[in-house]
Amino acid sequence: MINFKNWFTHYLEDNALEGELFPKFYWNPYLVGIGLGLVLLATFVIMGRGLGASGALSTVVSVVVDEVAPEHAQNNEFYKGYLGDGTESPLKDWLVFEVLGVFFGGFISGAIAGRNKIMIEKGPRISNKKRLLYAFVGGTLMGFGAKMARGCTSGQGLTGGAMLSVGGWAFMIMVFVGAYATAYFVRRQWI
Amino acid sequence: MTAPLYKFGLFNDEVSLIVAFVIGLAFGFFLERGGFGSGRLLAAQFYFTDMRVFKVMFTAITTAMIGIFYLSWIGFLDISLIYYGNTFIYADILGGLILGIGFVIGGYCPGTSAVGISTGRIDAIVYSLGGMFGIFVFGEAYPLMKDFLNSGFMGLINIPQLLDINYGFVLFIVILMAIAGFTLVEWGENLMAKKRSES
Repeated sequence: MINFKNWFTHYLEDNALEGELFPKFYWNPYLVGIGLGLVLLATFVIMGRGLGASGALSTVVSVVVDEVAPEHAQNNEFYKGYLGDGTESPLKDWLVFEVLGVFFGGFISGAIAGRNKIMIEKGPRISNKKRLLYAFVGGTLMGFGAKMARGCTSGQGLTGGAMLSVGGWAFMIMVFVGAYATAYFVRRQWI
Repeated sequence: MTAPLYKFGLFNDEVSLIVAFVIGLAFGFFLERGGFGSGRLLAAQFYFTDMRVFKVMFTAITTAMIGIFYLSWIGFLDISLIYYGNTFIYADILGGLILGIGFVIGGYCPGTSAVGISTGRIDAIVYSLGGMFGIFVFGEAYPLMKDFLNSGFMGLINIPQLLDINYGFVLFIVILMAIAGFTLVEWGENLMAKKRSES
């Protein structure tokens, strides 16, 4: 039996590092940016498309809705778009496989650096329960917003941004506007 | 023209899924290297203490943009075959605003939450559950919002086309903006660091 806990440096009971930031242990952001840019460029050259993330979540949601209420899902244009014509599993999707890769890629990098840790990310002035509530609410807004804009920070921001897409740039600017406008009200969560 | 390779039939759909996984591996690796698995570090962007979200995103966009331009210029890559989203300007603006609000409240965006989950962040798991709930709410409300979502349709349009100016010139302006932006945030970060060490 594999002990999954060994893959993480610290466990939940060890919250000694809670509320501390260690940006200096990460790579130089410009270097990371060039790396990500080259990954994005490779995706354009190899696939003729860009990166994405929220699309994979949409596929999962559509599959779940289709399992629970097939008729309801088939009558909804939004879900149907992710379910396809039924000849192949909707999960056999480019973005689903890409996000699976992201999952493992992040894990590998974190494992090499010893940064894999079971913990809750938050500032020192907020309880775990409240932070998780915020995480859920923030996630809900993100899911809704990403679907409205037909893409998230990866699909619209990075991909649309690099293609100089008008919608992509409008989207990206508004992400920063929205986040900066809200930051003050949730500051106790982070600082 | 020889690229995009997939569009020229170099490999089939099955292989494209393997490609997707490998590209995802590299994507996730760099995200974690940059500290994007940490919600707290991501949120620091919006309190001016650590501007890495801006630095990484703008560097990545600029790098890919320059790459596309040169590969197309030497006749290797056909830009017109690259798929990206149509512009629906109102939905893009409002969606971006909502996502931005969700970003600072939740601490992640969809891609970074995947890295957060795999590196053990419990809040990233909860965030993703929220994300799926948000998509579900969107899906249920979709029939009601359809008219709004499809308004402001501008098609596949990029900034050079919109302003009717040369692609290379826009590229040059974006690079200048990036350099100016990086100078500004480096200066701002130093200022914030000084302020903190004094208090």
